Amino acid sequence: MKALVWHGTTDIRCDSVPDPQIEHPRDAIIKVTSCAICGSDLHLYDHFMPGMKSGDIMGHETMGEVVEVGAESKGKLKVGDRVVIPFTIICGECDQCKRGNFSVCERTNRNGHIAAKAFGHSTAGLFGYTHLTGGYAGGQAEYLRVPFADATHIKVPKGIPDEKLLFLSDIFPTGWQAAVQCDIQPDDTVAIWGAGPVGQMAIRSAVLLGAKQVVVIDRVPERLAMAEAGGAITINFDEESVIERLNELTNGKGPEKCIDAVGMEAHAAGTIDAMYDRVKQATMMETDRPHVLREMAYVCRPAGTLSIPGVYGGLLDKIPFGAIMNKGLTIRTGQTHVNRWTDDLLHRIEEGQIDPSFVITHTVGLEEGPDMYKIFRDKQDGCVKVVLKP
Amino acid sequence: MRYETARTRRQGHADTATDTLARGLGLFSIAFGIAEVAAPRAMARALGMKGQEGLIAGYGLREIATGIGILASKDPTPWIWGRVAGDALDLATLATALEGKNPKKENVGIAMAAVAGVTALDVYCAQTLSRESPHPLPPIQDYSDRTGFPQGVDHSWGAASDFEVPDDFRTPEPLRPYTQPDLPQRPMPGL
Ligand SMILES: NC(=O)c1ccc[n+]([C@@H]2O[C@H](COP(=O)([O-])OP(=O)(O)OC[C@H]3O[C@@H](n4cnc5c(N)ncnc54)[C@H](O)[C@@H]3O)[C@@H](O)[C@H]2O)c1
Ligand SMILES: [Zn+2]
Ligand SMILES: [Zn+2]
Repeated sequence: MKALVWHGTTDIRCDSVPDPQIEHPRDAIIKVTSCAICGSDLHLYDHFMPGMKSGDIMGHETMGEVVEVGAESKGKLKVGDRVVIPFTIICGECDQCKRGNFSVCERTNRNGHIAAKAFGHSTAGLFGYTHLTGGYAGGQAEYLRVPFADATHIKVPKGIPDEKLLFLSDIFPTGWQAAVQCDIQPDDTVAIWGAGPVGQMAIRSAVLLGAKQVVVIDRVPERLAMAEAGGAITINFDEESVIERLNELTNGKGPEKCIDAVGMEAHAAGTIDAMYDRVKQATMMETDRPHVLREMAYVCRPAGTLSIPGVYGGLLDKIPFGAIMNKGLTIRTGQTHVNRWTDDLLHRIEEGQIDPSFVITHTVGLEEGPDMYKIFRDKQDGCVKVVLKP
Repeated sequence: MRYETARTRRQGHADTATDTLARGLGLFSIAFGIAEVAAPRAMARALGMKGQEGLIAGYGLREIATGIGILASKDPTPWIWGRVAGDALDLATLATALEGKNPKKENVGIAMAAVAGVTALDVYCAQTLSRESPHPLPPIQDYSDRTGFPQGVDHSWGAASDFEVPDDFRTPEPLRPYTQPDLPQRPMPGL
């Protein structure tokens, strides 16, 4: 089959690879009908996340049709079922899964011992996302093997186009969880850093959950326009002072809830801390560039909440923990517990409360995937979200 | 650079390798210019160009101005072409030092080789930049109708208020605004 394969930094190719096979009775194989490129994939493309090996298949936002089911998954899935596959692989049976903390499932990461060395404990296995999280083949391919398939799937009805459903796999629940982590109150200002796909979903979620105002920070004009269309007030961090504008919009009090939808590759125009991070990251003394975290901790209203869906990989430097502690800020973060939200979100899509397909700007075949990685990374051609059709 | 600063080209483009090269050439221009301005005599001596100190210092000023132009301008392309022209001038001037019986001819040769190397970089950079900035720029896509809300933004505000935030994500009771009695706020006492 054809698949997008990681070969090294900024080197992803569309290769022919062997078709996946059932390896365990809980597995299923799906024929992929749509998959997408995620901002998290860019951290692998740019190679800021450690733990990739040449030959790994990319992709963790995938949907399709079940074509083969292992014996132990037969009760839950059958050939022909239409499914969206969550990016977190879950067993559905461990203590964390029982609590709904699916992204820290204790049993699906077959390289759990390595993850435990890095993070103290193992976290869930993820599709197409480094050997730290299991080294499972990803879904930017014609076929995908789904381990623990009896639990790791979201059944979706026929008759709704892929485009409306695909993002149940990741960015929609991720934006949703980012907003839910804020426990939004009617008089809250929610400030969201990053108007990428995750930021866009977080904006829609914060609106649906009834924030007083939603403010978004980015510098890409098309993305800011799309954010505005969804109801957000926009700040262009290249042109204005983020801190000043946020204080202005909140009568000097600061936003109650701050969401980091940027992650470890934050840009900052000419600030001292940004140069410091670039140098340290380049010299391998720091793994991430936490400019956004610093800004959030500084501007957030005392007793407010920092919600961090943006991905970080390792050690962060110069975090103003004094501000966090003394202002009594709450931090909520994590990879998304996708299946915890998807039943409810599917309903909201069916009811017409939201249509997540608004974010798609490019739909191409798998062979064009490698080019699209670059276009998406460089935010060229108005690119916000890429869907691949194998 | 073009891709990075406000009000220049369309924003949000990643810094490209060429932009980085242009910036490097800008810094090099300034550093080299400072050396020429600060020590024209030493340079003249090394090249066997005694009596041309004023010319060297003048070239230094030109280098500094070009460097600043590259770093500060919205579009460095014309400034990099300026460097190419400057390189040609440098090479021509150095060539004059090869005439007659200059005992430092060897040094002049080395200097010319170095300038030629930088010239190649300058030409490459200028050409790539010229190719990269096709005018007019593609129009920015219009996403103003991509609300994501089939029922419109206004209708959707608070539409999911029925959602119950799970306990583990809830704000602790004492931090909730409505747990505080609704007392009027008196003005801050003057301190
Ligand atoms: N927690 C999860 O489960 C989860 C799931 C999906 C994605 N993510 C993460 O969310 C983040 C965003 O994903 P995406 O798909 O939207 O990626 P993206 O790269 O398309 O978007 C990031 C956006 O942030 C903007 N940005 C950069 N620096 C900024 C700054 N200083 N201030 C404000 N904005 C800035 C960029 O211009 C860009 O538009 C990534 O880190 C991704 O890994 C997390
Ligand atoms: Zn993702
Ligand atoms: Zn589990």
